Amino acid sequence: MITKNFKRVYVWELPVRIFHWVNVLCIIVLGATGFIIADPPAIMSGAEASESYWFGTVRYIHFGTAYVFFFNMLMRIYWSFVGNRFASWRQLFPFTRKALENAVHVTKVDVLLQNEKKFDLTNVSVGHNSVAAFSYLVLFFLALVQVFTGFGLYADNAGWWLPKLFGWVPQFLGGDFITRTIHHIVTWLFIFFTLVHVYLVFYHDWLEGRGEVSSMFGGYKFVRDERLKHDEPEEAPKKEEGSVTEHC
Amino acid sequence: MATRNDKRETYYESIIKQGYSRRDFMKFATYIAAYMGVETSMIGQVVKSLETTYRVPVIWEHFQECTCCSESFIRSDHPIVADIILDKISLDYTLTLMAASGHQAEKAKHDTMEKYKGEYILCVEGSVPLGADGNYCCIAGRSAKDILVEAAAGAKAIIAWGSCATNGCVQAAYPNPTEATPIHKIIKDKPIIRVPGCPPIGEVMAGIIIHMVTFGKLPELDRMGRPKAFYAKRVHDSCYRRPYYDAGLFVESFDDENAKKGYCLYKVGCRGPMTYNSCGTIRWNNGVSFPIQSGHGCIGCSEENFWDNGPFYERLTSLHGFGIESSADTIGKVAAGALAGGIAAHAIAANVSKRKELRLRTKGGKENEKKLDL
Repeated sequence: MITKNFKRVYVWELPVRIFHWVNVLCIIVLGATGFIIADPPAIMSGAEASESYWFGTVRYIHFGTAYVFFFNMLMRIYWSFVGNRFASWRQLFPFTRKALENAVHVTKVDVLLQNEKKFDLTNVSVGHNSVAAFSYLVLFFLALVQVFTGFGLYADNAGWWLPKLFGWVPQFLGGDFITRTIHHIVTWLFIFFTLVHVYLVFYHDWLEGRGEVSSMFGGYKFVRDERLKHDEPEEAPKKEEGSVTEHC
Repeated sequence: MATRNDKRETYYESIIKQGYSRRDFMKFATYIAAYMGVETSMIGQVVKSLETTYRVPVIWEHFQECTCCSESFIRSDHPIVADIILDKISLDYTLTLMAASGHQAEKAKHDTMEKYKGEYILCVEGSVPLGADGNYCCIAGRSAKDILVEAAAGAKAIIAWGSCATNGCVQAAYPNPTEATPIHKIIKDKPIIRVPGCPPIGEVMAGIIIHMVTFGKLPELDRMGRPKAFYAKRVHDSCYRRPYYDAGLFVESFDDENAKKGYCLYKVGCRGPMTYNSCGTIRWNNGVSFPIQSGHGCIGCSEENFWDNGPFYERLTSLHGFGIESSADTIGKVAAGALAGGIAAHAIAANVSKRKELRLRTKGGKENEKKLDL
C-alpha cells in the first residue's frame, strides 16, 4: 500500500500566527480577569485598604489587555489587505458559489459525519474551510461588540481620546447596566467558540493528518502533490478514480 | 400659590420683597452657582441675571407618579429655593402645592399658557399612560396625554422630572400594564431636559431651574438629554467607599463583619458602578447622607429599566425569558456543559463513522514506519 505524496505549503504567515497567539492570550486574560471583575472572590485581608489594591490591579490588567486585543485586531485587519490569499479579508466572507458549496460539503462530512461516496480532492480546504471562515466572521463581529461595549464602559474614566470615542455606546444602548450585560454574555459566546474551535482543530488533525495543529506554529500545512501546478506539463495532475484509499 | 402678578418682577425684586437681605441673596447666588457647576467667576453673572431677568412662568404637570420629585424639590437645601422659586414666583400651576382648585386652577393654567406662549417652562412629573386610550390617568376629565400635548405646545422647554418622566420608572417595569411612556417619546419637537432619579436630588432640580432662568437656555446636556453637571459621573466614581473596591474589600452579606467596617457593597448588588448621578457628591437631605453611606447599595434609580435589571441585592442580571433565577452565568455554565458533552459525543461518533478512513491511514503510516531507513 502506497501512501500519498504531500507538499509543504506555507499557509499562515508570521503576522497571522502572531495575531492568533496574541489573540489567544488576550482572550484568556480578558476572560479570566473579566469573570473576577464580575464576581470578585472574597479575599480577606488584615491590611488597611490603603495598602492593598488587588482588585484595582485586576481591572488594570483587564484594561491593558483590552488595548492589546484591540490593536492586535487592527493589525490583523491591515494584514488582511496585504497578506497572502489565506490571510485575505475575502476569506472571511465565504458567500461565493464555490464557498457555499464547500460549506455544504463541510456540514455534511465534518459536522454530520457522513462519508463521501466519491472523494474529491478539491473539497479539502488548504486555508479555512467555509464554515470555519464564517465562524471567524462571527467571532470578529463578537470582538467588535466587546470592543464597543468595553471601551464604552471604560470611556467615562478614560483620559485618552481613543476610548472616549466609544462613550456614546452605553447611552445608545440605554445605560451601563445593559451594556455590561451584553459584555458579559458575549464573553460566554467567546468561551463557546473556543470550545468548538479547539475541538475542530484536533478533529481535522486527527482525521486528515496534514498538520492542522502545527500549522498555527510553523505556518505550514501539507497538501497533496496533485493539487500543485507543476512546471513540466507531463507531470500535470491526473485525476484518479475516487476511492477510500484516497484518504491515505 | 398660583397668584400671578400682572406687573412682572425680577427675581431679585421678589426675593427682597419676601424679606431677604441682599446678603442672603448673594449667599443664595453663590450657593446655587456652585450646584450648577459653574465657575466662581460666573457668580457675578448669576447675580446679574437674577437682578435683571423677569420671572419665567412655570407650569408643573403631574401625571402617573408618586410626587416624590416635588417632595424632593421642596426639601432642597436653601430656603430661597422653596420660598421664592417654588412658593411665590414661578409655579403658576402645580397640583400638589397650589392653593387654587377646580375650575379656578385650570383657568389659571390656561391664562399662563396663553399669556406666556413660547416663554413658559413646562415641568413634567410622572409618566404618561397610553394604554386603554390613556384612561389610566385622567385629570379634570382629560387624559394625561391630552394635557401634556396641550401644555407642551406653547412651552419654551420641557423638564422631565424624575425617572417616571425620563424613562417610565416603576410603572414602565415589565409588563408595563398601563403602557407608561416617558415624555420624550410623546413630545418630539421641544427641547427636553431629562432629570432621572427616583426622586432626583432637590439641589439638582433647583440648579437646573436656576440655570434656565439665569442663562435663559438649557444647561449642557449629554446624549441622553441629562444635564452634564449632575449626570456625568457614576455614583461609583464619586463614592467614598471606592478605595475598598480597588482594594478588593467587599461586603459579602449585610450582617457580616465587612458590612460593619463599611466595605464596598459591590457584591451585594450595589448599582453605583452603572448609575450616573450626583448622590456621592451632593448627597441627600442637605448633604447628610446617601444610600451607600447608610449601608445600602445603590439601586440605580436614575438608570433606565432599573426596576427590571435583576434583584437589587445581586451583582448579576437575571435574563428575561430564562426564568427568574437564571443569571447569565448559570445559563453560560449549563450551555458550556452541554456543548462539551456534544463535542465528546461528536468525537466518538467521528471515530465510529470515519473508522475505515482512519484504519487505512493508520495502516499506511505504520507500513511507512517499518520502511524507515535509519
